[in-house]
This record gives sequence, structure tokens and C-alpha cells, in this order.
Amino acid sequence: MEVWSVITSIIPAAIAYTMPLLMGALGGLYSERSGVTNLCIEGLMLTGCFASATVTYLMQSAGIGYNLAIVCGIVAAMLAGALLSVLHAFAAINLKSNQVISGTAINMLATALTLFLAQTITGSGNVTVLRGIIRQDIPLLSKIPIIGPLLFTRTYWTTWICLLIWVVSFFLLYKTSFGLRLRACGEHPSAVASAGINVHKMRYIGVILSGLLSGLGGACILATYAGEYNSTSGINGLGFLAIAALIFGQWKPLGILASTFFFGICMTIANMGRVIPVFQGIPTGYLGLFPYVATLIALVLSSKKSAAPIASGEPF
Amino acid sequence: MKSKVANKPLEARKASPLLVSLSAVFLGIVAGAILIAMIGKNPIAGFDRIIFGALSNVRRVGNTLGMSTQLILIGLSVAFAFKTGLFNIGASGQMLMGGITGSILAYYLPLSMPRPLYLLIIILSSGLVGALWGFISGFLKAKFNVHEVVSTIMLNWTAYWLVYDWIQRFIVDPTIVVKSKPIEQAHTLRAGWLTDITNFSTLNYGFFLAVIACVIIWFILDKTTVGFRLKAVGSNRFCAEYAGIKVNRSIMISMAVAGALAGLAGLTYYCGYSNIMEMGKMPNEGFDGIAVALLGNCSPVGVFFSAIFFGILKMGRGSLAATGIPTEIADTIIATIIYFTATNVILANFWNGRFKKSFERKEEAIAIALSNQGRSGEDISSLSKEERRNLVKLGMPELKEKRKNEKNNKEAK
Repeated sequence: MEVWSVITSIIPAAIAYTMPLLMGALGGLYSERSGVTNLCIEGLMLTGCFASATVTYLMQSAGIGYNLAIVCGIVAAMLAGALLSVLHAFAAINLKSNQVISGTAINMLATALTLFLAQTITGSGNVTVLRGIIRQDIPLLSKIPIIGPLLFTRTYWTTWICLLIWVVSFFLLYKTSFGLRLRACGEHPSAVASAGINVHKMRYIGVILSGLLSGLGGACILATYAGEYNSTSGINGLGFLAIAALIFGQWKPLGILASTFFFGICMTIANMGRVIPVFQGIPTGYLGLFPYVATLIALVLSSKKSAAPIASGEPF
Repeated sequence: MKSKVANKPLEARKASPLLVSLSAVFLGIVAGAILIAMIGKNPIAGFDRIIFGALSNVRRVGNTLGMSTQLILIGLSVAFAFKTGLFNIGASGQMLMGGITGSILAYYLPLSMPRPLYLLIIILSSGLVGALWGFISGFLKAKFNVHEVVSTIMLNWTAYWLVYDWIQRFIVDPTIVVKSKPIEQAHTLRAGWLTDITNFSTLNYGFFLAVIACVIIWFILDKTTVGFRLKAVGSNRFCAEYAGIKVNRSIMISMAVAGALAGLAGLTYYCGYSNIMEMGKMPNEGFDGIAVALLGNCSPVGVFFSAIFFGILKMGRGSLAATGIPTEIADTIIATIIYFTATNVILANFWNGRFKKSFERKEEAIAIALSNQGRSGEDISSLSKEERRNLVKLGMPELKEKRKNEKNNKEAK
């Protein structure tokens, strides 16, 4: 019975940790499938986290409804992410610059700029919201034995939105002509161009979608488990975990759902290890490095037979 | 008579890497100024404070050089990997590993040891541990095709947590449990005479280490076959492979050397510039090093000067507090500069366009001057530089007149 109680405490938390990663990885998927290497997921997520923290904080302090403030925060996060991603798109698509460097520059810009703005707005490096999303049980479904306690109790509503986006993305990428074109841009852009489709436009759409989704991921971090934008730790390399999940998931929606969930469980063990009796003997440091080492091992296992889009990172 | 064959056809100047870098710096500073103005502060006063904070007396200059020390080493680390086509953004982790090695040795080695021997031991061991940390990424890239950007980031966080644990386990300060115990002066890289002449600044032997590293890296890259092989892999991996260069081995060597340099940076940072390590702190310098390398066009000399420039920005920002401008403005400027060095095509195009225009103008002016002198058949490229300059002076007024008339005609129409 003790095993069961560990599982019921890990899985709901793991789902909460999975969703931001899933959004980041899905964003990366759009961008890379359209042929633009996107290493700035971290920066985009951080910007999203900051934007939603600021908007939510300002609105909640002004006495506007808590939930409305959170919704506005999420919208602001997506817009901020999209705005920053345009910068990457411009450098990568129009200027044909090195996409890895441009991505790194965006990451650094996001770190510095958000901290600069946080200092200006709150006077300290942190922006803390008064209240995040309250976890709720889904009526009826949470009463189902086994699945109920694991999946439908104490859930955040953002989780369902993220899953909905995942389903829509799956449909969009594999069942529509838009999806076919987008994927083709990442494999053989000149073929797409000769069919009369604007490759630059498709790539812009891919990158901006990645900005929107990463921004949403950042907002999820804030509204669910973090509750604050913290300048010293940022988002702890979560954006890079999302990229690793994208590689581990072989650039496929179903694959990234599985791999982000795996990383979500690793993150839960790292962050909640101290309160779970089984892991209590392990020092904090070793629990902390667990997700990163697990990621490295996962990458070793999955990178050899890489299914990366052929034209990803190639300017057109 | 001079032979005309020897003269190359004249061409417009091309933008040099230095000019592009300087333009990126200029744009970064402009972006910073706009940002300062946007929050309602005076940009000129801000930059004045930065210069004041970094260079106004011997001590501040010493501190700036002390700060630049790790930036030089990390800039070299990133630049070296970049020459082999690898992007080392794991310098922070390699730095932490080098730093913790130095700190643990400083804690446990006896104070009575002869100092040269002690220095040799800590320099070699931090370099080795840093090299090992870099080598892991190189190995994973070579054998398992793991992208080095992702693997180095993962290793950064692994190092972060390892150091978190090791500080607690081996070298914790019993009074403040989140820090390591301060290292004795005799066990840091600081030197009495350096401290004396710079009025107790942070300048230490690490600076000389960094300068020596610049020379060694320059030598390896430009004068040895190893360096040639690494650069060949960087410019075209497949071509290098056909030429019989062992690509995988080059990748591993390159990452190991990059790791060693970053490890040394960790040593100079934690056992020279500072004498403690804090738990749960990722050093920012690892990322600043990318800016240093890119701005310095990945050459050791360029890295040296751009590191000094960033050192000024990073040290000088401490004096910003009085103006009310957040000190993060320095990081924002650094990030903007990287963005502009990444998009250097736009800068190079701008300057090339400029040069081309002025070149065409001069050519036209010379043609006018020559036809006035009745020598219109002569080839311009056969003239000497001096002669060309004189002819430009002669022809320019008439050209300006001509342009003006053209413009007037257009407006009249």
C-alpha cells in the first residue's frame, strides 16, 4: 500500500511538471519541423514566466479578480514569447545567421531583460503573484478507481488546455495541408518553394508558434507550481530539458508526450524527493542532478538514430 | 614603364571583422541607452558612471583586470571549441568543476607547502577536471551524436548540484552553512606585490595565466598541425574526413581543451578573484564568455580585448546604484551585442554597401579629372595611390556640381 501512496503523490505532481515541458517541446517541434533550429525555448519560456508574473501581480494587487488576472497573465506570456521569437525568426530566416548563436543571444537577452524590468517594476529580482491556480478535482471522473486519483484529482485547469493544444497540434501537423507544408519546409524547402508556397512565411509561422507555446509553458510554470518569477534560478534549464525531450521524442508529438512525462517524473523526484519517504536518505544535491543525468542518458540512447528534420538549421 | 599586369583590378574595401565587431558594440550601447532613457534616466550619466566605476583609479583598474581574467579564459574556451565547429555553452559547469577542485585542494593541502609547487598542483588539477567535464560532451558528441549544446547545458546543471553537495560535504563554512570556508590568502592566486601596487584590488596571478593561455592557444591554432586539423574539422567536417583527419578525435580534443580553459577560469574566479564558493549559484561568466568569443571574432587577440571591454562593463555597473539604473543594464548590453554579432551579415552588408558607394564616387571623380587633363584613355588601376588621391581631390568638386545639377533637374521635373 505504501507504493501506491508514493505513486498517487508523484503522478499528479509529475503531470504539473510535464505540462510546461510539453508546451516548450511542442513549440520546438513546430519550429524545427519548419526548418529553424530553436535553442531559445529557455529564453522564451523565461520571458513567458516573467510576463505572466508581472501582469498577474499587477492585476491581482489592483484588486481585479484572481482568475481573470491569471488568464490575462497567460495571454500576456504568449504574446511576449511570440514577440521575442520574431527576433529569432528575423535573424534565422531573413539574415540567414547562425541559428545556434542567435538562439543563445535570445536566451541571454531574455535573462537580462526580464531581470532589468523586474528590478524596475518591483525593485527586487523577484516577482511573486498573490495566488496561483487552485487545484480542483474533476467531478465524476475523479471517482473512477485507480485512474481517478492519478489523473483527475487536484488538477490545474491549464493542464487540460495544454493537452487540448497537444491534440490540436497533432491534428494540425498530420491531417491538414498546412501541417504537411510545414513539415516539408523542414525536410526539403526547395520542393515546397517549387510548389509555389512561401517557405519564409511558413518558417515564420513555425517560429512564432514556438514563441506562443513556450510563452504558455512559462506561464504554466508560474501559475501552477512556481508562483514567482525568480531571477537567480530562472527556470533552471527547463527550456533545454524541453529540447532534450524533443530529441528523445524523435520530433513526433506522441514521442514528446511520452518523453516530457518521463522528465516530469524525474523533476518531481528531484523537487519532492525530501517529502517522499523512499528517497529521504539521498542528499539534496544528488536528487537535484537526477533529471539532468537522466536526460543525458536518454539522449545517449536516442541520438544515434536521430530523426531530426533534414533541413533544420539550414537557411533557405 | 610599369607593367600593367602586376596591378590588381581595384575593388571596393570589404568590412573587416574588427569594424563589424565595433559596429555591434556601438549598436549594443545604443540599445542600452534607449533602454535607460525608456525608464526615465539619463543614459550619458549612466555610461559616465560605468567608466568611472571601472577605470577611475588604480584599484578600480585592478578590479577590472581581475574580472577580465576569467572572461579571457572563458572567451578562449568558447573560441577554441568554435574553431572546431562546436558551441561550448557549458563553460559555467566546467568553471564550477575547476573551481571546486581548486577550492577543495586549497582547503586540504598544508599551508607549509612551497608556493610554486602548490600553485602548479592547483592549476594542473583544476585544468584537468575542467578538461574531463568538457571531454564528456565531446565524447557524447563523437560517439553518440548528442548535440553539444544540450549536453553541455545538462552538464552545467549536473555540476551545479554536484558542487552544491560537495561544498556541504567537504569545505563548508561552519558559521554560514551556504558558503565554503574562505581560503587563506597564501592559498589563493593573489600575490602580495600585485595587491600592493593596485591598492588591494582583486588582480591576481590568474591574469598572467590568462595572457599565457592566449599565447598558447594562438600558437596551437596557428602554428601546429593539431590546430590545423581542428580548424579543418570546423570549416568542413566532411572535407576534413575525406582528407584523412580523424573527426571524432578532433571533436573530443577540442572539447577537452575548451573544458580545461574554462576549468582554469573557475580556479581564477573562486581562488583568486574571490575566495569562497556559494551553494546554488550558477556563474554568469560562462555565458558572458560566449559574448567575449563572438565579439573577439574567436581569435586570441580579439578575445583578450573584448574580455577587457566586458570587464569594464561588468565592473563599472557596480557604480550605477547612485543613478537608480538597474545594474542588469550591463547584461542587456552584452546580450544585444551578441545578437548583433550573430546577425553580422546585416552589419557587413551595411558597411560593404557604404564602401562600394564611396568607391564608385571616387572612381567617377578620377574619370572626370582624367578627362579634364586629356588622359581619359588611361587605366585607373595603373595609377599610384598618391596620384589617385590627388585626382580624387581634383575631380570631386566637379562631381559634386554634377550630382547637384542632376538632383535639381529631378526636382524640377
